[in-house]
Amino acid sequence: MEITAIYYLVPALIMFCCGVYGFITRKNMIAMLISLELMLNAVDINFVVFNRFLFPEQMEGMFFTLFAIAIAAAETALAIAIIINIFRAAKNIDVRSLNEMKF
Amino acid sequence: MESVGSIIMYFIVALAMIVFSVMAVTTRKILRAATYLLFTLFAAAVVYFMLDYEFLGAVQIAVYAGGIVVLFVFAILLTSRPGDNTERLTSKSRVLGAIAAVATLAIAGYALVSRCSMAFAQKPEMEAPDMQAIGTSLLGTGAGQYLLPFEAVSVLLLACIIGGVVIARKR
Amino acid sequence: MEVTIPILILAIPLFMFLVLGLLGMKMTHKLAGILGTLGMGTVLVLSYYTAFTYFFSGAPEFVDAAGNRLQYLVFDQTWLQFTEKLIIKLGFLLDPISAMMLVVITTISFMVHLYSLGYMRDHHGVYEHGFQRFYAFLSLFSFSMLGLVVATNIFQMYIFWELVGASSYLLIGFYYIKPSAVSASKKAFIVTRFADLGFLIGILVLSYYGGTFNFTDLTSIPVEGLANTFQVSEGTAEGIRNIFQTSAAPVFMGGSVLTWALVLIFMGGMGKSAMLPLHIWLPDAMEGPTPVSALIHAATMVVAGVYLVGRLFPLYLMEVTSLEIITVVGALTAFYAAMVACTQVDIKRVLAFSTISQIAFMMVSLGVARPEFHHGLGYMASMFHLFTHAMFKALLFLGAGALIHAIGSNDYTAMGGLRKHMPITHITFLIGCLAIAGIIPFSGFFSKDEILSSCLGYDWVAYIWMSAVAGLTAFYMFRLYYLIFWWKDYKVQEGHHAPHDQPWTMSLPLIILAAVSCVAGFIPFGNFVTWNGHPYDFMEHFDWSVATVSLIIAVAGIALATVMYRKENSLPEKFRNAVPALWTWCYHRFYWDELYMFITHRIIFNGICRPLAWFDRNIIDGTMDSFATITNKASEAIKPLQSGQIQMYVWYYLIGALALGSITVLCLI
Repeated sequence: MEITAIYYLVPALIMFCCGVYGFITRKNMIAMLISLELMLNAVDINFVVFNRFLFPEQMEGMFFTLFAIAIAAAETALAIAIIINIFRAAKNIDVRSLNEMKF
Repeated sequence: MESVGSIIMYFIVALAMIVFSVMAVTTRKILRAATYLLFTLFAAAVVYFMLDYEFLGAVQIAVYAGGIVVLFVFAILLTSRPGDNTERLTSKSRVLGAIAAVATLAIAGYALVSRCSMAFAQKPEMEAPDMQAIGTSLLGTGAGQYLLPFEAVSVLLLACIIGGVVIARKR
Repeated sequence: MEVTIPILILAIPLFMFLVLGLLGMKMTHKLAGILGTLGMGTVLVLSYYTAFTYFFSGAPEFVDAAGNRLQYLVFDQTWLQFTEKLIIKLGFLLDPISAMMLVVITTISFMVHLYSLGYMRDHHGVYEHGFQRFYAFLSLFSFSMLGLVVATNIFQMYIFWELVGASSYLLIGFYYIKPSAVSASKKAFIVTRFADLGFLIGILVLSYYGGTFNFTDLTSIPVEGLANTFQVSEGTAEGIRNIFQTSAAPVFMGGSVLTWALVLIFMGGMGKSAMLPLHIWLPDAMEGPTPVSALIHAATMVVAGVYLVGRLFPLYLMEVTSLEIITVVGALTAFYAAMVACTQVDIKRVLAFSTISQIAFMMVSLGVARPEFHHGLGYMASMFHLFTHAMFKALLFLGAGALIHAIGSNDYTAMGGLRKHMPITHITFLIGCLAIAGIIPFSGFFSKDEILSSCLGYDWVAYIWMSAVAGLTAFYMFRLYYLIFWWKDYKVQEGHHAPHDQPWTMSLPLIILAAVSCVAGFIPFGNFVTWNGHPYDFMEHFDWSVATVSLIIAVAGIALATVMYRKENSLPEKFRNAVPALWTWCYHRFYWDELYMFITHRIIFNGICRPLAWFDRNIIDGTMDSFATITNKASEAIKPLQSGQIQMYVWYYLIGALALGSITVLCLI
């Protein structure tokens, strides 16, 4: 049995769909952020897989993933700062109750 | 032709990735969701190792598992009280989410399987990139080298630190 | 002639209006009043100088070699140019009647400014609310009226015509918290507006066919073309004549275009000058302050219609039909108003109807004027009567104002026997009454006599009719006089002090106007104002038989009034019971107001306005409303899309992206 690219791409796609489902259904903002991380990871895997299977002598996909991880870390840190701030103001991080800009 | 061990390994990893990501978005307890995310991230790291990108796998474990998930856990503990970390999903939003997810899966999967010949590419032989090559590429200024994005990311991280402090500080 | 002074004549009142209107509230009452009066005084001096220069300097631009007075354009600036021919100019036309009107307007206006200093405050010297506004409006009116009389073209006249209407509206509604004043001002505005619609159509017709707005072009006539050899041989006037009178000229409903244009223009004059069907606004306009009635509704604005006809008189001469219409309308109005004036209780209303009657005299005089008879005696008589009437009617109104100021009521029933208390008012009012009744040597005698002479020259029916009106005039004026100053002894009410004569600011105008009314009749008016500028001595045509007859009629009227009203008695009551129907009809002004109410409320409102309102509300509004409703409903329907929930936005985005993706996958790859 030969493990071709699709063997990696399909789990990544399922992961991405889980992220979509979670992002749309969850009300907790942290849970939404977790779903977001899932989607991001699925995409990262795609980069790496295509890099590895199609252009093994280059490293673009790998570096792209590397930078994506760094940016994801930064984004998560900021998002969590915002969430904590919102929690402080609204005592609540349910995204559906946060439909006003002013507090 | 792969070795049997690596095939078994692949199935374990793929199954873990699928199962944990599904559980991460379906569990009601937010702390468990973070834990399942951690497992999914580990699975992704294993994928990177299997594809011979050891450095990337190490970064994935260090940054995601070591940094981001810990941040998540802190945030969860800060923002939720014990007992109210369960949330009820309305059936309407569940249906909407399921529609979106299944549709994405169907369309993208169909495109992947039937329209994308390169998805069936064989895994070519490759030498695992060693640290020297990665370091040279990351800090070089030539073609296919990444000094500028590297510096940009470092500025971004700085901005992120300052932004985090500003946003989260008490007024 | 220098341009400066004519410009100043127009600019000073406008400037005073702006200053008093914008800064008036910052000034004290006294300063505002004095400023306004001084401004008007300056204009008075400048106007006198201008008129004097025009009449007496003998400069070649004013008088030609044969001694005929000329029309002189001091300036005539293009204001709006729409096309080659359609040019609207603003200018300053000096000719006999505009110079005369300058004198009349500034004199009366100055008197009223001066008089109002005393009138517009109560017995304790407290100024009325809106005193500065009053002076600002007076200045606006003076500006508009001066602009009207010096208009060089009919369009400029129309502009200022509307401006005097607007200032009249503002001044009638001066006491804007009184509902009656508000409705009176609205009534005046709407009725004159309605008339001005005809005026505007007339202007458009006339200028469309005549090809010009300018008075000088419209009315230019060769000086030789006098009397019955009235012929135009050259120039623009000939062109106009050809357009209007050739067989190819358009005919509409049996009248030539010129007839229609002139009758429509006369309709504007009917509105302003309160001729019969459109007279209803003038009695109600007495709701304004009395000085305003004296200035606007007796002396100046209401004679604008006469002035308009006089201005276009050569054109009217081309179309005798229109002059006959003017005669008939004027004669009916004169008689009607005189009848009504005999029964009214409110002294200002008596004077208002008297004004209508006297203006109708002027109209009749214009209507019967023919160049064949005494060089167009009627025209001169009309302008002469305009002049003298302005003086003595302003005098009467200001006297009435003094009485109202002293008594605090408009009704003669509250007066009676005031001659001992208010001697100055009494004497001046008597002079005014004598003048209007036509007693020699007061001014009204001469001008009215000229009018009657020209009526006689036209038709004996007109003469008898107008003589009867003259007799009625003498009767109702002396009825008023006796009821105010004799009739009974004035009883001073408890707690009130006796009525007394007014401060000098009010007395001085009365005395001056009384003096003018005494001597104005001796002005050789024919030397100054004639229809074609050719001066003549009208005394040579003075018909002593006519004068004697009219004098006898006037004395008879006065005698009758004396018998009936000098002492309190039951004669008026008996007379009233003898002809109850006639008396009631006169008292209710022949039910004209009721007729208008019937026409407007019952017929127009119910028959036209209600269906239109229904159409407007249901069809037009309904269409618009349904647009709005559809938009509203659609918005309501799609509002949930903008829920503010980011997850829903993501969902919509995903669905869209998936649709695009599936299209790409299925169709394009």
